[in-house]
Amino acid sequence: MAALELEDLTRLYGEREALAGVSLSLQPGQTLVVLGPNGAGKTTLLRVLATLLRPHSGKVRVLGRSLPDEAWAVRGRVGLLGHEPLLYRELTASENLRFHARLHGVGMERVQELLEAVGMAARAAEPVRTLSRGMVQRVATARALLHDPELLLLDEPRANLDPAGAELVEPLIGPASGRTRVVCSHNPEADLDGADLVLGLRSGRPALLANPAALNGTEIKDLYT
Amino acid sequence: MKTVTALLRKELLVELRTLESVPGMSLFAVTVFVIFHFALNKTGVNGDEASGILWVTLLLAAMLGINRLFVADAEDGGFDGFLLAPVDRSALLVAKALALLSYLVVLELIAVPAFALLLLEPSLGPALPDLPGVLALGDLGIALIGTLVAAIAVRTRARDLLGPLLALPLLVPVVLGAARATAPLLTLTHQTEPSLRWPLMLALYDLVFGLIAYAVFDFLLED
Repeated sequence: MAALELEDLTRLYGEREALAGVSLSLQPGQTLVVLGPNGAGKTTLLRVLATLLRPHSGKVRVLGRSLPDEAWAVRGRVGLLGHEPLLYRELTASENLRFHARLHGVGMERVQELLEAVGMAARAAEPVRTLSRGMVQRVATARALLHDPELLLLDEPRANLDPAGAELVEPLIGPASGRTRVVCSHNPEADLDGADLVLGLRSGRPALLANPAALNGTEIKDLYT
Repeated sequence: MKTVTALLRKELLVELRTLESVPGMSLFAVTVFVIFHFALNKTGVNGDEASGILWVTLLLAAMLGINRLFVADAEDGGFDGFLLAPVDRSALLVAKALALLSYLVVLELIAVPAFALLLLEPSLGPALPDLPGVLALGDLGIALIGTLVAAIAVRTRARDLLGPLLALPLLVPVVLGAARATAPLLTLTHQTEPSLRWPLMLALYDLVFGLIAYAVFDFLLED
């Protein structure tokens, strides 16, 4: 069973097509890297896969479940790390993670484990609003992984992270994590490493769908011109 | 139940840290009573007049809390965080309504004594056995309708305007029922027998809106 199956996926914002004609299949444990300029539809694709947006037409199956009808069965099996950290600024890192752990029915020991894994255990009692953007991104990474999701949806996951931070989260969200991953990226050099499939979007439409080994630099460069 | 508890705990913790709703609501109510005190230029009010002033002030103070109810969720991405979790979405309605209800109770613990001190002619004592029940019924209606309206308004750009525009007409029956039920309790003679008619009407309205809110809340959270 494929982890992701998209067939002619379309999503509109009003009259505008944010995504159109997206079709692909991804097996469990594989990584899909999504490339494209700003406004190409990368974030919209992630939000559709996360069940936060409804597809307007086409077939979407995530972890064997059809969206939007079976969205309830997908929630809790997907981890989303997007531009927004989904953390309450007035609560501490620990309080935020405990809140999400309760929503996902996860034990509190997992909170401590992840705080240590992302190097935030020492700052866990500080309100999120007082943390640097890189630190917030590390806490958000822990939040996305709390419930041990089968599918990771990552929107520029290394944004705001310094090299040390990026190194810390790499085993958790990188190819070595063993999870099925969809990674939106503006940094093809870093993210194509470990990719099994590359989708290039331009104005919501697929402009490129290929195995990374078959790509040359020109095809990727063309996406951004 | 665990989800409601987790959401309510988070809600109260955020309010405790920010103090954005309850202090503003309370200060607003007390300020309005002070304005009435000087504007009316009377020794005090009683009966329908007192009841009307009390409930309109409580309603307008409640609007401040209603407008802020989902702001932290909208600004910090809390909606998405909640929607990604495998939980019953109506838990958010229950938790938010309970949070708003608790804000209203704190508001009334401050506003009602201030009202008695600044405006009420008769003593508050004789009204006390029945007043908390009427306040509770009014609060429940405000909490349910307020939560429903706040969930609609928060996703729009004009949320500060849309919230009151949607909520106030829907809350007219609550204020009407609550004010009519309260008036006999605030008379000078206390001889008017409180009627069960208005409290029952309030309870029925609360029940109807509770069911409507439960039925439509899922759809409000949908994309």
